[in-house]
Amino acid sequence: MTASSTSHSVLDQPSLFQRLIRLLTDHETFLAYVLILPSVIGFTIFLAVPAVRALFISFYEWNLLTPAEYVGFGNYEYLFGDSRFWGSLGTTVAYVLWNIPLQTVLAVLIAVLLDRFSVALSSILRGLVILPWLMPNVIVALLWLWILDPSIGIMNVVLNTVGIQDQPFFGSPDQALPSIAMVNIWRHVGYTAILVYAGLKTIPKSLYEAAAIDGANATRQFFGITLPLLRPVLVFVLVTSVIGSFQVFDTIAVTTGGGPVGSTRTIIYYIYEQVFERRINMGRATAASVVLFIILVGVTLLQMRYLRSNQSDLADYS
Amino acid sequence: MAVVTPTVPSTEDADRRALRNRRISDALTILVVGVLLVIVLFPFWWVLRTALTTPQTVFTNTSSLFPTEFTTFNFERVLGFIDPSEYVGTEGSTGVTAGQLNFFLYMRNSFIVSTLITVGQTLFSTMAAYAFARLKFPGRDVIFFLYLTGLMVPAIVVFVPNFVLVRQLDLIGTIPGIVAPFFLMTPFAVFFMRQFFLSLNKDLVEAATLDGATKLGVFWRVALPLVQGPILTLGILTFISSWNEYLWPLLVGRDESVRVLTVALGIFRQQTPQGAPDWTGLMAGTAVAIIPTMLLFIFLGRRVVDSIQFSGFK
Repeated sequence: MTASSTSHSVLDQPSLFQRLIRLLTDHETFLAYVLILPSVIGFTIFLAVPAVRALFISFYEWNLLTPAEYVGFGNYEYLFGDSRFWGSLGTTVAYVLWNIPLQTVLAVLIAVLLDRFSVALSSILRGLVILPWLMPNVIVALLWLWILDPSIGIMNVVLNTVGIQDQPFFGSPDQALPSIAMVNIWRHVGYTAILVYAGLKTIPKSLYEAAAIDGANATRQFFGITLPLLRPVLVFVLVTSVIGSFQVFDTIAVTTGGGPVGSTRTIIYYIYEQVFERRINMGRATAASVVLFIILVGVTLLQMRYLRSNQSDLADYS
Repeated sequence: MAVVTPTVPSTEDADRRALRNRRISDALTILVVGVLLVIVLFPFWWVLRTALTTPQTVFTNTSSLFPTEFTTFNFERVLGFIDPSEYVGTEGSTGVTAGQLNFFLYMRNSFIVSTLITVGQTLFSTMAAYAFARLKFPGRDVIFFLYLTGLMVPAIVVFVPNFVLVRQLDLIGTIPGIVAPFFLMTPFAVFFMRQFFLSLNKDLVEAATLDGATKLGVFWRVALPLVQGPILTLGILTFISSWNEYLWPLLVGRDESVRVLTVALGIFRQQTPQGAPDWTGLMAGTAVAIIPTMLLFIFLGRRVVDSIQFSGFK
């Protein structure tokens, strides 16, 4: 907007190069373009174009080696006729249903408990609770593969001492998916709890005092004050963790590889198989990605609408 | 403990009952938190305990809480100090698989990849974020809206086309290939930094301009020093997530020379030919692999926890 305000004497005429530098560093529009240029390049090459390209590839049959062949909606027709694809959608939804409710409830519980300690102590506890989140998914998966090993893992030893027989965990079609959910809850629950804890800190303490004077017990205070006022944070947590758990991959790749008998083949694992484990089929892989994208946008928009309509809960009280 | 309890003795019956209830609930809190902490922390101990056990006894004495036969053998072979093949043929090692990890190579690769991504992404995203937050230019709102849309595109959607692109550029099996998609920006990083620049004090900028600072000078000398904290936070988060990244390096960097630690550990596990996996070796590798992020967290942990609070609201 505003150009350079510094004046130069006639004797001290700046060279063309100096004027260019001056233009780039002081003219608002030019400086802005210089600053955003690398990021716009990155965005265009690795996000915008690939997203559009994915849409195009999904209409082709392509194995990377021979030229791509246009097949129209062929890939989508294949997907919708493939029972493994539908199975992977079902598995993904089942995984989300195992993962999200349990993780959210546990996170709220941990956050409320952390809130009962002094600031200093809760800070240390928060540091400990978040440790699993620092571990790479792959390492978390390896670790739990060892702990849940059916024959020599420590988990079955623990279960035996309380009278429960050996469990197969990852080895059984019924238990593999819940086991993966438990592992990922272990990794993420501390992170989620800290988000919720931060939300708790925004609730004015005076509300609880007023409620206590009115004779509301802890349970009623929790459901009457804490939960409604946590709603914006909870919706944020839900939006991000639902999107995240729709895309679960690392844990599955390391522990079960989609098995046993496809019981842990989620949609991302299905896409991975199309590219790397069966005959390379880029068209089917991107078509499945596009379907996942549409599902995710739908889920996100639904949740965002919910988020917006509840943003002002706190204003009603304070 | 540090839980607040009323200390003033009261003669009122109701008060005494309230006090007792309060004590019971405090004790319950401590108990539940204790149990949760054991669940959270026990696996970390199990990594260490397994890594310090000899490969033979790990299958015979599975319930012992401590290493039954203490050894640093696993750490030594994972770090490449001893050749496990000398060990495997020896007495008492029947049925024991003991792999070797080219650990320092993978560690070095992880470091190079994570550092490059952290430096590039933090730098370029901060630059862009400043422009979006504090400068006016044609197309600003449109471009920023596109970035926000990009935030919603799941990683997997662009993975396949990006793989194709990286392959066409002949960058498969190279460090630039692993780094490229994350080097220049992520919408999250731009969005994150923009929030901080938006909240900067306008008066400071005006004062600097009056003092004759150029637009670049305001960015460089006034704005940047004020957001050092958020930049550090973004850097830590970026480093941790690039260190932990698995799928993209698995696709692009399977080759030995550029393999990162997460991929190497995944492959190490698949490599055990017959019989049981090499658990003691894996756990030793695991223990060493989490040291860098742990150190980062120990020194700068408060910031990570604080930044998480921040990102929950903006």
